[in-house]
Amino acid sequence: MEKMSSVEDFAKIREVNILLIKEAKETGQKVVGIYCTYCPQELVLAAGAIPVSLCGTKEDPIAKAEEHLPRNLCPLIKSSYGFAVSDTCPFFHFSDLIIGETTCDGKKKMFELMQEIKPVFVMQLPHLNQTQASMDMWIDEMRRLKGFLEEKLATEITDEAIWQAIDVVNRETAAAKAICDLNQVEPPPLNGLDLLTVTWSRGFNSNKEEVIAMLDGLQKEYSSTDKESTPRKPRVLLTGCPVGLGTEKVIRLVDEVGGNVVAMENCSGYKTLELQTDTEYDDPLVALAHKYISIPCSCMSPNPYRMELLERMMNDFKVDAVIDLTWQACHTYNVEAYEVSKLVKSKGIPHLHLESDYSNSDLESIKVRIEALLEMVEQ
Amino acid sequence: MISIGLDIGSVAAKGVLIQGGRQYQMMVPTGWSPRTAGEQLIDDLLQSSGHRPHDVHSIVVTGYGRVAVMEASRTVTEIKCHARGVAELYPQIRTIIDIGGQDSKVIQIDSQGRVVDFAMNDKCAAGTGRFLQVMANALGLDVSELAAYEDPEQAATINSMCTVFAESEIIGLLAQGVDKGSIIAGLHLSVGKRVAAMAKRLGIAGEVAFTGGVAMNQGVKRSLEQELGCKVLVPEVCQFTGALGAALIGLDAAA
Repeated sequence: MEKMSSVEDFAKIREVNILLIKEAKETGQKVVGIYCTYCPQELVLAAGAIPVSLCGTKEDPIAKAEEHLPRNLCPLIKSSYGFAVSDTCPFFHFSDLIIGETTCDGKKKMFELMQEIKPVFVMQLPHLNQTQASMDMWIDEMRRLKGFLEEKLATEITDEAIWQAIDVVNRETAAAKAICDLNQVEPPPLNGLDLLTVTWSRGFNSNKEEVIAMLDGLQKEYSSTDKESTPRKPRVLLTGCPVGLGTEKVIRLVDEVGGNVVAMENCSGYKTLELQTDTEYDDPLVALAHKYISIPCSCMSPNPYRMELLERMMNDFKVDAVIDLTWQACHTYNVEAYEVSKLVKSKGIPHLHLESDYSNSDLESIKVRIEALLEMVEQ
Repeated sequence: MISIGLDIGSVAAKGVLIQGGRQYQMMVPTGWSPRTAGEQLIDDLLQSSGHRPHDVHSIVVTGYGRVAVMEASRTVTEIKCHARGVAELYPQIRTIIDIGGQDSKVIQIDSQGRVVDFAMNDKCAAGTGRFLQVMANALGLDVSELAAYEDPEQAATINSMCTVFAESEIIGLLAQGVDKGSIIAGLHLSVGKRVAAMAKRLGIAGEVAFTGGVAMNQGVKRSLEQELGCKVLVPEVCQFTGALGAALIGLDAAA
């Protein structure tokens, strides 16, 4: 019988894996730090290395980052860089190599500075994702990354190993999607914070098969428990910039004022979960390129898939309100907020666009906005 | 049925007591304790209306200090309260601009007085009562005197939106010998432009109601009309709109 697992198991992933990764390093295994969902982690797995998520979601190292970076930059970039430059993130510390992408201007220039600390490979991500030239370039970037990994990790990456990794990541993605989809019912089995804990923490697990088993176990656990009938809370969809533990203030505030974040369209959430690598291609790098270029990040221009996904999620998750969160100075999400608001309002669903940073200085003003949003649902 | 609505703002705490067709209003400075201000308002309202605490059916509290008032039956956001208050005063209005001591907001309502959409200013003081207060201090005036001194025909250009920089800017203008009245008109225009931009982003329909303490300033009202290109209506009790809405929400709930 499959083992059941709980949200607490996911909450422990980060801590447990720091030790596991330390031990793996001692036996000579290599660790590759990745920042973004655009990074083809399959290539890292195929190289026999451990991919770990490094996205900066805490405020603590921002002051340190501001010694080198401008204050008026997105907090996610500052946090990521701050952790690196202050050597306060164990996962960055253990990383032998770092992979970045030219998603936004702030990130690509930050990665230049990060080169001083660790070897950083920056993939050039095309922003027009519907032309052949973009696709050719992106496939070429996959090949360049493969060459870089082979050289730095002194290994050969075979097609067979990539196909195996593709299978594993496809299964992990499907398992994560199944968890998120549980919340399509009322009442949602996972509250917003649980959902975030599961989807965000899974990136820190060094063993993919283990995380797939945990996701399956969690699904089993929630499918078998009887749903208590509780008063219906307004069902909120969160979209916009990435959110992780440490920057979950909006999710907490929604809960505090009586709502529930039932779905998240952001990076660690649903954004990538519909995307499976197509195994019908002859070349696994071409297959990967097709999947990764489809990710609906606001750095893509135009970015119609995000609107399609949002529209579908509003229906599937029976959403009562949408909150679009932009981190300060994230121009692409901030501009796209206008399109998002038009879409949401056209469905007659109350909508709130928030612009914030990682600090707690605006908790009260954000809270009153969220309260007013939920009042709009209840009226 | 006696219903009390309190609006505990950052500068002033406002209270409205409704009993049948009668309304009583009270205002006290919020000071450092929103709780004390709320308690004092309740006492004052009861005293002026000749009622006792147990006569009161509902106390709905709004404003930034809403959670501090222990006597509250429930708390409601300023957004909903202003919408309810304006729907009572001007049933035809669909757009509300509220400028208070520490924030400004634009609220869209439907024919039932329900909130359809809203926008609020960022965490800085630009486009709020606080902005005008700091500028009044720099000009050696009380904030209530600004409108009387303005010279709208000769409005100076104030470029800084930020309160701190705008203060330096007007000190610079004074040093250049620019007339006080022109500077004040420029400040009113600056607030009007900022808030009008927020309103236009949300979309305005027909006339606009203007509430909150800053609505007493004729200069800001004029500059809003200029920027929005429509008529701006200011309720006689503009500062009490939120408290009135809160009291009405208490009545609605009991109905």
